Amino acid sequence: MTQAPPPINATKHMKKLMADHFLGLDRAAREGSPKVAWCTSVGPAELLLSMGFAVYYPENHGALLGATRMATEVIPVANAAGYSPDICSYLTADIGAFLKGVTPLTAAYGIKSIPKADVLVFNTNQCRDVADWFGFYARHWNVPLAGVCSHRGLGEVKRHHIDDVVSQFKDMIPVLEKVSGVKFDIDRLRETVRLSKECTVRWRKVLEYAALSPTPMTFFDHTIHMAPAVVLRGTQEALDYYDLLLAELEQRAAEGVAAAPGERYRLYWDGMPVWGRLRMLSETLGGLGAAVVASTYCNSWIFEAFDAADPFESMARAYLELFIVRDDDYKERYIRQWARRFGVQGIIFHDAKTCPNNSNNRYAMPERLAQDLGVPTLTINGDLNDLRCFSDEQARTNMEAFAEQLGEQAA
Amino acid sequence: MPITAGIDIGASATKAAVIQGEVPARAELIGAAVLRSGVDFALSARQGFELALAEAGLEAQRVERIFSCGYGRGNVDFAQETRTEIAAHAAAAFRHFPRALTVLDIGGQDNKVIKLDDQGRRISFKMNRKCAAGTGAFLEEMALRLNVGLQEFDGLARSARGEVTMGSFCTVFSATEVLAHIRKGVALPDLVKGLFRSVLKRALEMDNLDQTVVMTGGVAAHNPYLLEMLSEMIGRPALTPPRPQLAGAEGAALLAMQSLLPRCDQSHPRP
Repeated sequence: MTQAPPPINATKHMKKLMADHFLGLDRAAREGSPKVAWCTSVGPAELLLSMGFAVYYPENHGALLGATRMATEVIPVANAAGYSPDICSYLTADIGAFLKGVTPLTAAYGIKSIPKADVLVFNTNQCRDVADWFGFYARHWNVPLAGVCSHRGLGEVKRHHIDDVVSQFKDMIPVLEKVSGVKFDIDRLRETVRLSKECTVRWRKVLEYAALSPTPMTFFDHTIHMAPAVVLRGTQEALDYYDLLLAELEQRAAEGVAAAPGERYRLYWDGMPVWGRLRMLSETLGGLGAAVVASTYCNSWIFEAFDAADPFESMARAYLELFIVRDDDYKERYIRQWARRFGVQGIIFHDAKTCPNNSNNRYAMPERLAQDLGVPTLTINGDLNDLRCFSDEQARTNMEAFAEQLGEQAA
Repeated sequence: MPITAGIDIGASATKAAVIQGEVPARAELIGAAVLRSGVDFALSARQGFELALAEAGLEAQRVERIFSCGYGRGNVDFAQETRTEIAAHAAAAFRHFPRALTVLDIGGQDNKVIKLDDQGRRISFKMNRKCAAGTGAFLEEMALRLNVGLQEFDGLARSARGEVTMGSFCTVFSATEVLAHIRKGVALPDLVKGLFRSVLKRALEMDNLDQTVVMTGGVAAHNPYLLEMLSEMIGRPALTPPRPQLAGAEGAALLAMQSLLPRCDQSHPRP
């Protein structure tokens, strides 16, 4: 039997932080103060935080629906309401759960429902689905919908892209002032951007520990510990949390703790997690001696460009420079760089049925990377949330066969 | 001489093979069995093994090592180790055709394209997506729709004077197309040949069938005309081992035999 990796102690603290986050949002929604803003996960959270909003991230709720496997039960409710099973399953799971009147927050924190939004702010840098998703709630609650219609498929991020996004940020301010009753303050925005940058620096350090061999943390741990970088960036709590985690990682590294005991193969994961099968995937790969040491997904909350000296422009740059916003040439260069740096021997592409924008295998990238890097690639068909699109047996056979192949090549 | 066995529990059929030889490259198949997998994989594994042993005229104790593969590989409690069917089909194909290969396994539930270098090492593999299109399950479904025994398909396809074109990826949509063709009065052999073409098209979409192509699996075993059609489509002869349905079980037995070799020889390319 495979030895279980030692648990990460900081997890307990993170759970408390997340509980405080959701309970605070629930209180704000019930009491009407502070106002609640919904924001996409790589949207202009700093602007909202600087204006005193309690910020709620529905994608995080989508991931919770997936991880608790409630998603597959509630997605059909959204399908029946006209939302196709082929579109984003964060959207269909979240809307399905809302229509059915359920949320995983009830079992986790005793919260009856998701926090009602006072304003919804999206950024289509990831996909158009977020605008449709937020649009549903804007109509339902008759609350303002604001957002950034982003450029996509960018090679180089150019001046006109940045200017456009900056102007869209600024256009939102009157709406946000009206909803919050708080006057925009550039110094508060600077401070929030500074905190977000500090969070990014720490999160990157966490991810870079996986360049060690054996890695003290894998992609599957990262998907859990990224939560503060997603929902608490721009706050001191996130910095304190990552300081705690980094201290523990330093200790694990010094002691040579292996997150995947008996690490033989180091892999890169591209694409979304399969939230409802994290444990199965982690245990299967771990049992094969394979550690997933780097991923495109968890790197998506590294915002190098944040700069308190120039908050609007740096926010625009940060949210345009992300992997998902870029063209395939950039994406290939990016994966090559990380794969080399982390010493990976193979790349797993997750082809998520309902997330074409984050499924990078569909235009022959695996074939090109396999040739360039000289490492094999594997595509697993599945989905982030809709387990109707995922076969445990096929995934398991694929992963075992991939490990056999890596073993043959190493022999 | 060492004797090893392989048990391949597939979605549709369970296959067992017993082989004997000094080394995998010169091993001989001395017993084999094919039976329905049914709902009790452990039972069908045991029955398959016993039938293969009976054909070989052996007691179970004579078998030094047993490996299992296939979807039910974890249900074979008397196997010492498991391997994926991908490794097993590759081993068997290379045993019969020791050169750079592209192995096409059309199984009851899924298809695989496996590429091997000239030493038998795996370069890549692909499995079909989570869809029955182009698999044995597709042909089974169509046989039901047409009210024809699956065993009649090969003869019907071979006797076709024409061929219908099936346009859809999807098994359900294909069934609708079949009904439309029946309504139009299309000859049954032409329809079955069109279904065979559809199976092969799905396989050709999975990967480039370059190198020497070897077809394994139950669908190839029961429908030799598919091999002829594939050869015509790729413009050169596609090969198949003597008992293609047994390739997984035979390969598992070969891998079991290889594991008996001194460690320094195990890293040597397979059979």
